[in-house]
Amino acid sequence: MMTRVLIPSGALGLGYDQLAMDRAIAAKPDIIAIDGGSTDSGPSYLGRGVSKYSRASTRLEWKGLMQARAEAGVPLVIGTAGTCGSDSAVDWLLDITTDIAKELGQTLKIAVLRSSQTPQHIADELAAGHLSPLSPAPEISEEAIKQFTNIVALAGAEQIQAAINTGADIIIAGRTTDTAIIAALPLMQGCHSGAAWHGAKIGECGALCATNPQSGVVLIDFDETGFTITPTADGANASPHTVSAHMLYENADPFILYEPGGHLDVTDAVYESIDGKSVRATGASWVPSERYTVKLEGARIAGYQVMTFALLRDRRYVDHAQQWADDITQKARTKAVDRLGLSEDEFTIELRLIGKNATFGDLEPENSNHRPTEIGVMGFVTADSLQKAQEIGKILNPYLLHHPLTQEEEQPTFAFQFSPAEVPVGPVYEFCLNHVMELADPMAAFRLETIEVHHG
Amino acid sequence: MAELAQFVEKVRSKNAGPFKLTIDIFCGSKDAFDHIRTALPSERIATLLRTDPERLQRFEIASLNVIKFSLDRPQVQGSIHDRDMHGASWAALIAELEI
Repeated sequence: MMTRVLIPSGALGLGYDQLAMDRAIAAKPDIIAIDGGSTDSGPSYLGRGVSKYSRASTRLEWKGLMQARAEAGVPLVIGTAGTCGSDSAVDWLLDITTDIAKELGQTLKIAVLRSSQTPQHIADELAAGHLSPLSPAPEISEEAIKQFTNIVALAGAEQIQAAINTGADIIIAGRTTDTAIIAALPLMQGCHSGAAWHGAKIGECGALCATNPQSGVVLIDFDETGFTITPTADGANASPHTVSAHMLYENADPFILYEPGGHLDVTDAVYESIDGKSVRATGASWVPSERYTVKLEGARIAGYQVMTFALLRDRRYVDHAQQWADDITQKARTKAVDRLGLSEDEFTIELRLIGKNATFGDLEPENSNHRPTEIGVMGFVTADSLQKAQEIGKILNPYLLHHPLTQEEEQPTFAFQFSPAEVPVGPVYEFCLNHVMELADPMAAFRLETIEVHHG
Repeated sequence: MAELAQFVEKVRSKNAGPFKLTIDIFCGSKDAFDHIRTALPSERIATLLRTDPERLQRFEIASLNVIKFSLDRPQVQGSIHDRDMHGASWAALIAELEI
């Protein structure tokens, strides 16, 4: 038994090499699997339930994959549709899909797997003792959960297999693990379970596990003992080093990967080169767990934010930027408390000094040898309403424009970049769940439906 | 004394989900790997990043000549005080460590 999985790229929206894709289709894959997102772009996408990629780019790439699917006559599956995998993001991609089907005259059976969870349901599951924190995890309560704007559960192989079993041409899945969409079919067809998950982890980012990583396209052949991965673009070669190094990528533990229903262990994995282009891997194992759990992700509004920006070019101010910024922060805070009747913990003002220590703040080691030409002062005000944040931003503004280092000197003026000086960022979100939820049945937290579209 | 970057091929830092950060030091050769694994105690990383040494994980992967550290993110990714959404800049702090 051999299962050939085609992975066009690390995510829909990143692009792929067309020639490499044509070659991969000619090699007759059994399924085409692509990831649609992750948490890596930040909490706002999950918080709002939207995609980070443009509709036009997504449509163009998805159309290419829908054409490739029609040519290959095999299922096309996307996991974590629309960056965050919420129901709203799934609906967005479903709308794009039906629009493309109409344009191409395709008749399709589409399976839609939904991963969103209602806050009430998750609060009830918490009360029932079905949630366990991972480490580290934010504090949660039933009351707090009800304020979350979006919660998703990460589907595993079982839910994708249920979708495959509908006989769908296209599967649009909400939040899934990156690996589940790749491992599902090989597992169904009796391939080695350790190899199925190991290959899925190696191939989750497409050709990132090879040279010429931006070419995207890889083929993975799974069988009873291992898997063989082949990038199909010119100049893209997999080596035992590039492949095994991918186990490190965005993975806290390079040997263990937790999935719904168990974990992958690659401690004893062996990698061998084939023809300098492909890599064969064996020796990984899959360890089933006693409980079936799925990971949860959630986001909530952390506040409303206003951003402002000024440049310091005067050498004396560049040299004393930290003192200047600390003084402004303190004065603006005091004035906001006095004039708006706020308490100290109702808002934050933060000035980040670009060119000095904006990336790390206090963690930045002192570097006395370095004098930047200029310093960018990026200011953030966060409060519990946008109106309040804007008011505080306007109180901060005159300081950023004119605050002198000493009272004796003539009033200075600093370089503003845009007007209005206070730019509303709007609601800002934060991740608020790092928990797993126990399920009596893998499908218990997910909804699967099929939709048929007829064109042509 | 010289910066760690002068001994190794590459240092990379990334998020490992919104709550963890992972730092991979690609030493590039067995000699560099052997040197760095002894010259870079975990306590130095914990002190530099002001993180709880008990929560700092260290992996030495001889087959890749890689030393890997994973830790709780000092600020949860994308929270209002987080300054590096993708955790990419942490590598620079490690690369500049005096060895």
